[in-house]
Amino acid sequence: MFRLKEKIIRTAFLINGVLVIMILAGIFLLLVLNAMPTFKEVPWKEFLTGKNWNPSSDYNPGYGIVSMIVSTFMVTLGSLVLAVPIGIGTAAYLSDVASPKVREIAKPVVEILAGIPSVVIGFLGIVMVGPFIAKMTGTYSGLNALNGSVLLAVMALPTIVSLCEDALANVPKSFQEASLALGASHWQTLVKVKLQAASSGIIAACMLGMGRAIGETMTVLMATGNAPAFPSGFLNSVRPMTSTIAIELGEVPYFTTHYHALFAVGLVLFLITFVINMIADIVLHRYESKLR
Amino acid sequence: MSQNFIAIDGFNFYYGQSKCLKNITLGIAPKEVTSIIGPSGCGKSTLLRCFNRMNDLIPNTRIEGTIHIDGQNIYTPDVDVVDLRRKVGMVFQRPNPFPKSIFENVAYGLRINGVKNKEFIAEKIEQGLINAGLWNEVKDRLHENALRLSGGQQQRLCVARALAIEPEVVLMDEPASALDPIATAKLEELIVELKKKYTIVIVTHNMQQAARISDITVFLMQGELIERGKTSEIFTRPTKKITEEYITGRFG
Repeated sequence: MFRLKEKIIRTAFLINGVLVIMILAGIFLLLVLNAMPTFKEVPWKEFLTGKNWNPSSDYNPGYGIVSMIVSTFMVTLGSLVLAVPIGIGTAAYLSDVASPKVREIAKPVVEILAGIPSVVIGFLGIVMVGPFIAKMTGTYSGLNALNGSVLLAVMALPTIVSLCEDALANVPKSFQEASLALGASHWQTLVKVKLQAASSGIIAACMLGMGRAIGETMTVLMATGNAPAFPSGFLNSVRPMTSTIAIELGEVPYFTTHYHALFAVGLVLFLITFVINMIADIVLHRYESKLR
Repeated sequence: MSQNFIAIDGFNFYYGQSKCLKNITLGIAPKEVTSIIGPSGCGKSTLLRCFNRMNDLIPNTRIEGTIHIDGQNIYTPDVDVVDLRRKVGMVFQRPNPFPKSIFENVAYGLRINGVKNKEFIAEKIEQGLINAGLWNEVKDRLHENALRLSGGQQQRLCVARALAIEPEVVLMDEPASALDPIATAKLEELIVELKKKYTIVIVTHNMQQAARISDITVFLMQGELIERGKTSEIFTRPTKKITEEYITGRFG
């Protein structure tokens, strides 16, 4: 009787696990199968290196996604440039400077920031950040890559702050004591011992923040101006990969090259985020085994 | 008795409301090993950590009385804690090398003091490791991560790290409690060797250890100093009955 129960429970969990893996594998397969027909029409090389994205043109359709990839990386890296220093600084403040009371209140508040719907952030981009940028730089609308970077930085910050703070808090107290006992100041201890001991955790936190930023759709769709051209600077309107898929997939005729090409864009995006997450995971594991 | 290097006078220490060091008055002579013994929770580590003000890190603590080290009251507001800790080194209960290379561990104290000269640093590191009796074991792998060393080696590395900045006092808080007997024996040898150059205060719950390595033994109980005397006398002819009961293992 007991054995049977054990077996049933075991099987139930097995089915659960297999189901989840199958769903994920199914999504991946769907992506690949739908993307593949693109390359019957458009050569790999042209797809990945072409600058012209104009799939609906009858005379000279272009399927190059370089502008989108560059836009995506511009917006993402821009957001990291803003979010990483602020995030690490905030985490260091929370773990080393703030009183326990402040920390107990501030950390959950920062984490709640992660729960703000992206459409609300996008809205702020249109009504606040955009006009501000337009005013400061004298551009027309302020809906550009810089705007997207600022908003994505706001969205990536909770992840970065929270995980960096965890990494700093997990640095054994004995390291801090050893450093202080050698006559190091709090500042020296933070920079030379704690940040270093926590470095893998901090890097992983930034990678995860980047993963969050790179796949974000609604915010960039609303705030970056949607210009499917090759960007020449942060004050240009851009259209990252996610926005392109979101905008065009609703209107494209099914099973056309354009339709398949959008899946191919999704596949490229998936591969990029997959690699980023994998690197983050490896770095994080290295960090955990180092402290043991 | 020679002139005291550390002089504690009417010293009280409070964690919040509880008073855990009560009116301690004690002198510690230079270039001797003084061991502080007593049952768990008697305040011996707390007392030790007052000598380099490590207790400052704990919120809600308060002191009364004075501690002079080398003639200077270390609890006046104008004392630079950083300078104090450079003068009064510490080795902790558990080996706590940084997750850096062996070389960088010993170099750390010098680097934070702004020493940049590479030859000077290398020389100091060699000297520190020789003094800590670790040089022969690690000289060929100075750039390996210190966490790969054995526990006993790690603890001697921590001694080397403390010695590299040339302190005058070395505090040791149960430095052998995480070590096996062979590593302990090596560390004890080292301590006896070190007293030629340094004033050493060691907290230990191992009475044989106190008897083996120290010149002076101080017995604390429930935050009070019960007895202080030459180690040979404390362990053979203690003046207080309670000291005798403790060292003969009737409690504690």
